[in-house]
Amino acid sequence: MGKRLASMMDWIDARFPLTETWKYHLAEYYAPKNFNFWYYFGSLAMLVLVNQLLTGIFLTMNYKPDANMAFGSVEYIMRDVDFGWLIRYMHSTGASMFFVVVYLHMFRGMMYGSYRKPRELLWLIGMAIFFVLMMLAFTGYILPWGQMSYWGAQVIVSMVGAIPVVGQTLSNWILGDFMLSDAALNRFFAYHVVTLPVLLVTLVFVHIVALHQVGSNNPDGIEIKANKDPVTHIPVDGIPFHPYYSVKDIVGVVGFLIVFCGIIFFMPEMGGYFLEYNNFIPANTLQTPDHIAPVWYFTPYYSMLRAVTVNFLWVDAKLWGILLMGGSVAIFALLPWLDRSPVKSIRYKGPYFKIALTLFVISVFVLGWLGTKSPTPLYTLLAQIFTVIYFAFFILMPWYSKIDKTKPEPKRVTE
Amino acid sequence: MADIDKKQEMNGRRRFLVAATSIAGGIASIGVATPFVLSMMPSERAKAAGAPVEVDITKIEPGMLLLVEWRGKVVWILDRTPEMLANIKKLDSQVVDPKSEKPQQPPYCQNETRSIKPAILVVEGVCTHLGCSPVYRKDIAPADLGSDWLGGFFCPCPGTKFDLAGRVYKSVPAPTNLVVPPHMYLSDTQLLIGSDRKESA
Repeated sequence: MGKRLASMMDWIDARFPLTETWKYHLAEYYAPKNFNFWYYFGSLAMLVLVNQLLTGIFLTMNYKPDANMAFGSVEYIMRDVDFGWLIRYMHSTGASMFFVVVYLHMFRGMMYGSYRKPRELLWLIGMAIFFVLMMLAFTGYILPWGQMSYWGAQVIVSMVGAIPVVGQTLSNWILGDFMLSDAALNRFFAYHVVTLPVLLVTLVFVHIVALHQVGSNNPDGIEIKANKDPVTHIPVDGIPFHPYYSVKDIVGVVGFLIVFCGIIFFMPEMGGYFLEYNNFIPANTLQTPDHIAPVWYFTPYYSMLRAVTVNFLWVDAKLWGILLMGGSVAIFALLPWLDRSPVKSIRYKGPYFKIALTLFVISVFVLGWLGTKSPTPLYTLLAQIFTVIYFAFFILMPWYSKIDKTKPEPKRVTE
Repeated sequence: MADIDKKQEMNGRRRFLVAATSIAGGIASIGVATPFVLSMMPSERAKAAGAPVEVDITKIEPGMLLLVEWRGKVVWILDRTPEMLANIKKLDSQVVDPKSEKPQQPPYCQNETRSIKPAILVVEGVCTHLGCSPVYRKDIAPADLGSDWLGGFFCPCPGTKFDLAGRVYKSVPAPTNLVVPPHMYLSDTQLLIGSDRKESA
């Protein structure tokens, strides 16, 4: 039996590099042995991706991308399709959990300097994934054609119209109409189920190829490839991904699924944060809901959008708000070149970086919270203050990271 | 191919052929992309759907807001009371464009009340910030809008305030006044929205 299997593998390997691929990416991919809790979120993001793809396919079997039928077809899935409610809640909860794990994955990179040389390109591919993920979330949120779908899309599309000179034409091109209507719903459906998922899967593949080219960073932020066994040429601080980390990641999956199932079965709407109450009302083109807020994962950016209330230079407040919002996401891509610290990991960085990162995290949470609230003069002022802190974290980084009092990095990874 | 293996350098003829083929291929790609890109512009059916709408305003009462749909947008018709009109004048110093100098209205509405008939306001109920529809708040000095609120439109999405002539307050996210669509009175009580010339009615 074993012999027959081996000869079958030989037959395949002569035609496709199966064993080679298995070894290169799993059995002989040497990852640092000191991964901690923060290293779960990459594989969990893949798990959620698979969940979104599978549940998404089943949702398209009953969903209708038509302005007159979309809302009804979602309710049909929820009420009349056997287990339709479960599949939809898996998909809607999966969307929020996607952002949870991706934000934690990004925060891990920020803590341990995973964006630093030689992983700049890996970080940029990750940023592209983040961007596609936001587009997926946006197009997906429009599909139920509820009040928040409609008015949320209206707000985003209006931003395109604010681009000088070409804005209006571009907006018509995006919408396929002079206003948000059936034409836009239909094409956003096409983006959400075909274009963007294909792009996302491709980018994730490229992300992993790039990761396995440079090797994983670790909580100490030192290169394990710098210290290889002279005979085997295997990093002395490396362990094969499979079985060591495949088994560890399964523990993470179990923990994640407990939380995930808890949400699906007991609080799929998450008090209006995962599924907003206003979206259970069909889209009404004549009336905006009293209170518009995006889903939680977009609220920090939304806060920054509306924080600008004065014209500055030759650009008006509206365009500034849009530029700030776009900039708040895009600026992550510059991190590899903003960080001038001699060490990568927060473990060896000095107090300035620790304070800056703490303030940054606080500002993200405060902006996120403000984005769910109706604006009052006090809230607007707070949003302005924390927007400044948010950007200061990035813009001042070349200075504070350079003059910071760092500790020497160890030669070997610590346990 | 064989001679590429022999000597790696590109001679002038090969360089020319590679460039010419690449340019021809590039032009062909643009040509193929064109119909796909243009297919995403508004269709003929969408272009045809912008006809003007007629509204009967007989039943409108002072202080009442009437909502009409035109080109998929909401248009407000508001019959302002004399007190409301008096309040508009008090706000000249608090709004960005008190004299309506920016082209957010047809020339015949560039006046103190931004309307043809002083009392009847016709504006698109679309916030000039991000396209939400603001809320009509005629209550004076409510708790959430402050004691100096004299009635107007409040957009809860970005926190923009407009007065009862659709003029935007200073220091809010929206840059300009609400848009007054082209409109005309066919008779005392018949309003045409979307056109200001008789022949198109």
